[in-house]
Amino acid sequence: MVSRRNSVFANLDWMVIFLYFVLISWGVINIFSAEFNETTQNFFDFSLRSGKQMIWIAAALVLAMLILIIDSRFYIYFANPLYILMVLALLAVLVVGVEINGSKSWFVIGPVRIQPSEFAKVVTSLALAKYLSNPNIKLSRVKDLVIPLAIIFLPAMIILLQPDTGSTLVYFSLILVLYREGLPGVYVAIGLALAVLFIVTLLFDKLIIVSSLILLAFTIYFFLERRKKNFFIGLGLFLVTGGLVLGINQVLPEKFSIYYVLLITLLISGTIFLVLSLFHKLKYIILLLIILVGAVGFTYSVDYVFHNILEDHQQKRINVVLGIESDPLGSGYNVNQSKIAIGSGGFSGKGYLRGTQTKFNFVPEQSTDFIFCTVGEEWGFLGTSGLILVFATLLLRLIILAERQKTAFNRIYGYAVFSIILFHFTINIGMTIGLVPVIGIPLPFISYGGSSLWAFTILLFIFLRLDASRNEFL
Amino acid sequence: MNNLYENRKFAISLTLILIALIFIIKLFYLQILNTSYRLSAENNVIRYVPQFPARGLIFDRNGKLVVHNEAAYDLMVIPSQLEVFDTTGLCEILMTEKEEFIENLKAARAYSPYIPSSIIKQINPKTYAKLQEKLYRFPGFYVHTRTLRKYSQDIAAHLLGYVGEVTEKEIAKDDYYKMGDYIGKSGIEKSYETDLRGQKGVKMYLVDVHNRIKGSYQNGRHDKDPVVGSNLTATFDADLQAYGEKLMQNKIGSIVAIEPSTGEILSLVSAPGYKPSLLVGRVRSKNYLALARDTLKPLFNRALMASYPPGSTFKTLNGLIGLQEKTLYPSMTYSCTMGYHARGLTVGCHDHRSPLNLPSAVQISCNAYFCNVFRNILDSGKYTDIHESFDAWRNYLLSFGFGQKISLDLPNELKGFIPKTSYYDRYYGKKGWSSLTIISLAIGQGELGITPIQLANMTAAIANRGHYFSPHIIKAVAGRDDNKERFMKRHNTMIDSIHFAPVIQGMELAVNGAPGSGSTARIAKIDSIIVCGKTGTAQNPHGKDHSIFIAFAPKDNPEIAIAVFVENGGFGSTFAAPIASLMIEKYLKGNIKKNRKWIEDRMLNTDLIHGEQKK
Ligand SMILES: [Zn+2]
Repeated sequence: MVSRRNSVFANLDWMVIFLYFVLISWGVINIFSAEFNETTQNFFDFSLRSGKQMIWIAAALVLAMLILIIDSRFYIYFANPLYILMVLALLAVLVVGVEINGSKSWFVIGPVRIQPSEFAKVVTSLALAKYLSNPNIKLSRVKDLVIPLAIIFLPAMIILLQPDTGSTLVYFSLILVLYREGLPGVYVAIGLALAVLFIVTLLFDKLIIVSSLILLAFTIYFFLERRKKNFFIGLGLFLVTGGLVLGINQVLPEKFSIYYVLLITLLISGTIFLVLSLFHKLKYIILLLIILVGAVGFTYSVDYVFHNILEDHQQKRINVVLGIESDPLGSGYNVNQSKIAIGSGGFSGKGYLRGTQTKFNFVPEQSTDFIFCTVGEEWGFLGTSGLILVFATLLLRLIILAERQKTAFNRIYGYAVFSIILFHFTINIGMTIGLVPVIGIPLPFISYGGSSLWAFTILLFIFLRLDASRNEFL
Repeated sequence: MNNLYENRKFAISLTLILIALIFIIKLFYLQILNTSYRLSAENNVIRYVPQFPARGLIFDRNGKLVVHNEAAYDLMVIPSQLEVFDTTGLCEILMTEKEEFIENLKAARAYSPYIPSSIIKQINPKTYAKLQEKLYRFPGFYVHTRTLRKYSQDIAAHLLGYVGEVTEKEIAKDDYYKMGDYIGKSGIEKSYETDLRGQKGVKMYLVDVHNRIKGSYQNGRHDKDPVVGSNLTATFDADLQAYGEKLMQNKIGSIVAIEPSTGEILSLVSAPGYKPSLLVGRVRSKNYLALARDTLKPLFNRALMASYPPGSTFKTLNGLIGLQEKTLYPSMTYSCTMGYHARGLTVGCHDHRSPLNLPSAVQISCNAYFCNVFRNILDSGKYTDIHESFDAWRNYLLSFGFGQKISLDLPNELKGFIPKTSYYDRYYGKKGWSSLTIISLAIGQGELGITPIQLANMTAAIANRGHYFSPHIIKAVAGRDDNKERFMKRHNTMIDSIHFAPVIQGMELAVNGAPGSGSTARIAKIDSIIVCGKTGTAQNPHGKDHSIFIAFAPKDNPEIAIAVFVENGGFGSTFAAPIASLMIEKYLKGNIKKNRKWIEDRMLNTDLIHGEQKK
């Protein structure tokens, strides 16, 4: 018994553990700074968030130890029962949970607040790994995709009801795991394109989107078509039809908006060109046209569903997620403040505790979702790029660990850990520097919050435990 | 081992590296290449000064301005910037107690040395003028302008509600609010808060180490202008509201008047009330405490929150249910021998001609008639037992809006109470009760809890011959009339429109019947308008009965439906009926005709609270 436990510690990947400690300590140091002013001098003041985070860290380390002691087979055998338990807990929180910041996603037991959706990620990853490790599953077959997708999206759907859109979106990152295990790349590409189109539809005017889609289609056509004559026929057809439709529209008593003019033009010239290309057997043009019409149809239906079918509060919720109505001072305020804070840090930052913009609530949620601002302001470009390098190293190390596993279960779970951390890292930092919409999810190991820290610790250390005994059962 | 797709690890790694690279490039741009975010000197700070928009105005249904704004000034302090100053001198200018001032300063310092706190709130314009000249002598202080509510007519306090500072709980719920902001606390101010408040703006200033403003940050490029709050058009008629409040002075009770064709609330009075101006400005907390301690509960909105048994006004509804259930026909007669007698139980009635048909029974308000109607509904044989038939009867009540909140936009409304079968099962056992046990429901007594707005709504449903629109107090936000769908929510009752004629005929006779014919509400008769009404008396175990009256007018194409409750007013015809008829006359005719002035005088001079009749 003793010797086996020793072997666990001997086989642990100490590099990941080192990076873990770098991140959590950097986190708590920044949380202290985010709250710091002349009246809050004591780092260990437990009424402060930094003091509380120290307690969460201590508890997280105890949890990590426990996880390392438990036999690694436990996680394989109990993956499914734990999954069922988690679904029940997520349902229960909808009923007996407490609403905080507009979503009913917390259990409150005395002074402790726990967010089960944070832990659901871990259990979902285990269940997914367990199911996919069956060698008979071929993800290139559509029917084999049903259950893995159900495993991923069942908790996501329940969490969406809370509603906690940020936590729901995290589950999409697990598609990356499916990709690694053989999901055809074209599905991933289509999925990504639709997601981008969905967000873009709500962010920009329909007219701009439809015009850029058409432009994009012509550009692709230009590069695909070897005989440039055909391309110019297509372009000419489109322009002439457009001119005609526009002309007719001018004389009509009631003018349609330019958006409809564009749609009608596309429909007419598209149909004519489709017939032409059928005669000339230009297959890929047909495909291109179908994709173009499909994309335009998709933006239109998203727009229609959003404005005509969804209720006001649902629209607002989506807008909040997309950062369109994320804050009371108007769109872009959060991101603007956050960019000012980060930008003002310069090359080497203002120095620890010397930040001015990340104090006094100028930047909202500065110790949770916007903690990266504090890093940017006080540690400058050195700090931000350093932190990104630490994360990138950790994530690359996770890929290496995952690939060296001898069982499919371990590898798949490893990739799930990688995907979830990658998603949080990308969205969180991306939103603070204005590259992605504001979606409120924490920066792993850094942001303030017990549930999130514990969940990421459990997620990571289960993988470390699996990795430590990778040579045991062959 | 399924490692067919091992090569995909390269694509995945590449994605990761690409993301990290994009981030680093973006950060390189933000933090090094782009200097616009860099501040000019090392220790310069941006100060954020919120810009408060003016709150939206409120107009009455005729476009008369009811609520507007007046500037008020808060003295703000940033404790870390204070220098030694002449405290006595400053207090003299402000006309405040020195102790209070020092106490507030201490609190501000404890809250935060850097964040501005308001130390003296709502300084009036005169004092502000004096203060402004001297302010340069007091570094660390500055004045912050905001607006206070002002009332053109000091009426409709319960409808309008009031505005107060946000509590921590409210801040936690909506992060729009910051410490010291104002928020609607009740009435329209609360339910239309998001429309009225507008959008705060923010101005960013560069401040040096000594916290002196150096100018606006990047020429105001990141500033946000405040957006003025939307104006509201209310549905009430300010003149009618003022008149109703005057009629109800020195009485306890309420008036609710509704336009049947739209559900718009024409007037909603709860007495005793208070003047809305009492809860504005520095006097608010003191006045609020006094009002909260008043034993007559002037803050309590009786029109929405008090529930009473509806008394005989409910006979109209029982008649309608009987007709719909086909257990009653308009020509059906019952005799009355000073009341209803069955198995040793008696429900008393007054002396009147007998037998009566339905219209006359409504006109005369015969208890015996409606005891028969009620029992026939419940014991018709159409249902297997009392539970089923009671549920059927109860559903009719629910379809008239009873037992639920019916207003679209008034906060704090109560549901009232309509008993369920389980309620009686608990008292009498499952088999222990029958239609006779609950006979008092026939005449609107017993276990019924009805709010005045619900009764007014029932009257509107009768006036409309079978449907109602959810009562509401706002008809347009920001002058837009495009909210028709929200405000015009039609509800159909379970009574077909053909059944209303005989009941309405009875209500017409109750007011307009010939002298000596037994009409219960002849005092409500107005020349040239056909008023249809019904009196009611709610039994009050704690004292004199409550006087109730419902009415609508004119009979065809009704423009107003009204319910009046006067607590301890005795019979419905004594106070509630005359007050209702005066309201109707005022609304439809503009003023009270000479030959009815005596009624108006009597109502104005009655003091039911202090017990004496003023002469
Ligand atoms: Zn009688």
